Amino acid sequence: MADIRFIQGNEACALGAIYAGCRFFAGYPITPSSEIAEMLSEELPLVDGAFIQMEDEIAAMAAVIGGSLAGKKSMTATSGPGMSLKLENLGYACITEIPCVIVNVQRGGPSTGLPTSPAQADIMQARWGTHGDHPIIAVCPSSVSEMFTETVRAFNLAEMFRTPVIVLSDEIIGHMREKIVIPEEGEIPIVNRKKPKVSPEEYKPFKGEEDYVPPMAAFGEGYRYHVTGLSHNEEGFPIQSGELVHQMNVRMHNKIYKNLDKILKNEVYMCDDAEVIIFAIGGSARSSKGAIRHLREEGIKAGLFRPLTIWPFPEDELRRVCSKAKNVLVVEMNLGQIVFEVERVLGCTGVRVDGLFDSSGEPFTPLSVANRVKEIIKR
Amino acid sequence: MGVNYHEYLREKMMPHIWCSGCTHGIVTKALIRAIDKAKLDKNKVVVVSGIGCASRMPGYLDFNTLHTTHGRALAFATGVKLANPDLHLIVVSGDGDAVAIGGNHFIHACNRNIDMTLVVLNNNIYGMTGGQRSPTTYEGDISSTSVYGSIGSPVDVVNLALGAGATFVARTTSYHVQQLESYIYSGIVHKGFSVIDAVSACYTAYGRRNKQRYKSSVDMLNYMKNNSVNISAAREKNPDELKGKIIVGIFRDSIEPEYCEEYSKMVNKIKSR
Repeated sequence: MADIRFIQGNEACALGAIYAGCRFFAGYPITPSSEIAEMLSEELPLVDGAFIQMEDEIAAMAAVIGGSLAGKKSMTATSGPGMSLKLENLGYACITEIPCVIVNVQRGGPSTGLPTSPAQADIMQARWGTHGDHPIIAVCPSSVSEMFTETVRAFNLAEMFRTPVIVLSDEIIGHMREKIVIPEEGEIPIVNRKKPKVSPEEYKPFKGEEDYVPPMAAFGEGYRYHVTGLSHNEEGFPIQSGELVHQMNVRMHNKIYKNLDKILKNEVYMCDDAEVIIFAIGGSARSSKGAIRHLREEGIKAGLFRPLTIWPFPEDELRRVCSKAKNVLVVEMNLGQIVFEVERVLGCTGVRVDGLFDSSGEPFTPLSVANRVKEIIKR
Repeated sequence: MGVNYHEYLREKMMPHIWCSGCTHGIVTKALIRAIDKAKLDKNKVVVVSGIGCASRMPGYLDFNTLHTTHGRALAFATGVKLANPDLHLIVVSGDGDAVAIGGNHFIHACNRNIDMTLVVLNNNIYGMTGGQRSPTTYEGDISSTSVYGSIGSPVDVVNLALGAGATFVARTTSYHVQQLESYIYSGIVHKGFSVIDAVSACYTAYGRRNKQRYKSSVDMLNYMKNNSVNISAAREKNPDELKGKIIVGIFRDSIEPEYCEEYSKMVNKIKSR
C-alpha cells in the first residue's frame, strides 16, 4: 500500500529530511517555518536523531554545523529575519565545507515585514547574503511533494559537494496542503558524504579530489584535524599566502561550478513552440502554470521555465530553452530580483525580458499573469 | 612524572601568535595537564573556540579542533555534543567572546547544563583587535576605546554563570597555576556545564596602558598574586574591603540533570511506549 497523505509543505519538508537521513536539527521558532521544527521535534527522537531548540537563529546555525562535524546529517529551518541571522554561520559552513541544509520559508520583508504572507524576496540574499566570495546551492520546491523531494535532493547535494544547501521555499508552498505519495525506502537514492580512505597521518581535510570535493572525517573518528573560518591550507591551518588563499577559493568555486550537470534541475513546460516563456519558481510558478493553460486555450503559445535549482543559475539551459521565444516574462513575488539574472543571461540573444512583480504578500492569480502576458505580446 | 606537553601540541604550528607577557600560554599548559590527568582519549576530545587571541589556542592543540565565529563557540560545541555525546567538549573563549558577543550563548549553555567545560581566558580587553574595552575591563581603566577611562562596572563572569545556572563554577588566575589545573580538571570530570573564569594578563594591549597598576608584565602576575582572595576569606569581608580584589575558588559544584542524558532518557521512554 502506498503511503498517501494530505499534509502541509512544511510537514513534507520534515518527512523528506528524515527520509534523506537527517538526524540532527537545531532551530528557533519563526513564522512561517515553525511546523518544520515542530514536526522534527516529534519525529527525530523516534529514529535516534537529536532535536534542539537553540537560544537564537545564530546558535541554531552554529549547532547544525557542529552536528554535521560530529557525523550527523543536519538541518535548520527559518524565514527572512532568521535567515539574516544565519548568514554569519552560513559563510562559516561555506569556507569550512560543512554539509548541511538550511530551509528558508520566505515571507514578506524587509525586516519583520509580513510574517504570515509569502514573498520571494530572499533570492539574492540566498546567493550573496553572507559576506565574501562563496558558491552556494539553492533549490526551489513548488509543491508539497517537492518540499519532500527537494529536501532530499538538498541533503544529497550537501553531502555530495560538502556544502551548505538552501531550500528556498515560500509561505505558499510551506503552508498549503496537498496530496503527497511518500516515496518508499530506496525509491530516491540517498547520498552520503565521502569518508577519507587514508590514515589520519596522511589525511588532508581540505584537499579536493578529482571532483574538487575533499573527503570528510567526523570528529571522534581518529583524524583529529583543525577546522577554522580563517582562510586555510589543505591541512586546515590558517594561511596568509595570497596564492594559497586564491587557490582555496577557486577550488570551492569549482566544486560547484564544474559539477553543474549534477546540480542543476529545471522543469520545462510547453516551451517547444512557445513564443512567450514565463520564468518563475515556487509559488509563482503555480500561478504561471495556470496562466499558461488559459493562454493556450486562447491560442497564445506560452510556456514555463521553472528552475528547481535557482543557484547556481541555470544559464545554458535558459538560453537554450528561450532560443526560439520572442518574450520572456519573469514572475516573482518581489519588486524585481531574479529578472536581472535572466536579463544578464538572455541580454544579447534578442529575446525581450519583462517582469511581473508584486510585494503585496498576495499570491499571483493565474489571470493576473495571463493578462500581463497578453500585454507584453501586444506591444 | 610531569606531563609530556609534546604529545598534546601541534608543534609545527609554533611559534604561537601570543605576545610576550601574555599569560594565555600558562592557561593552555594548565588545560593540557588537566586533560592528561583526566586521561581523556585524544581522539574523543573536541576543543572549540570563537574569535580572539584565546581562540587561537585550539589550533596549537592536537585534538579535534574547531575555531568558529565570534562568540558562537558554545553553540557550535552544543551541536557537536548533542550529535555525539561520547565526545568530550572543551570550549576556550576570551572575555569579549564569552560574555559580550557570545553572552546569549553563554547564558543558555549554563542553563541547559550540557556536559562541557568552558574556560574563559579573561584578560579584560580585546587584545587581537588592538586593546579595545571589553565587558570585563575595570572601571576607570584605559583602553583604545575608553581613552578617558572605562565607564561602568565590569561583568562578573562567575556571577553571570551562577545566575544562569551553571553547575560547576570556579575562578582563579594565571598566577595560581596549580589551582588553575585543578579547577579545569574538576570542570572536565564534572557531569554538566562547567565554567572556569581564568584570569589572564594582556600586557601589550591592556597593562601597558594602565601603568598606574602595572609597570611591567610581571606586575600583572604580581597583581593577581597580591589581590586574590579565597572565597572563604571573602565571605568574612565587607564589600568595600573586596573592591578591586579577585575572588578565587569554587563557587558552585552541584549535580543537576544533564541535557544529553535527559534527551537520551526521553528517547528511551518514548521508544518503549
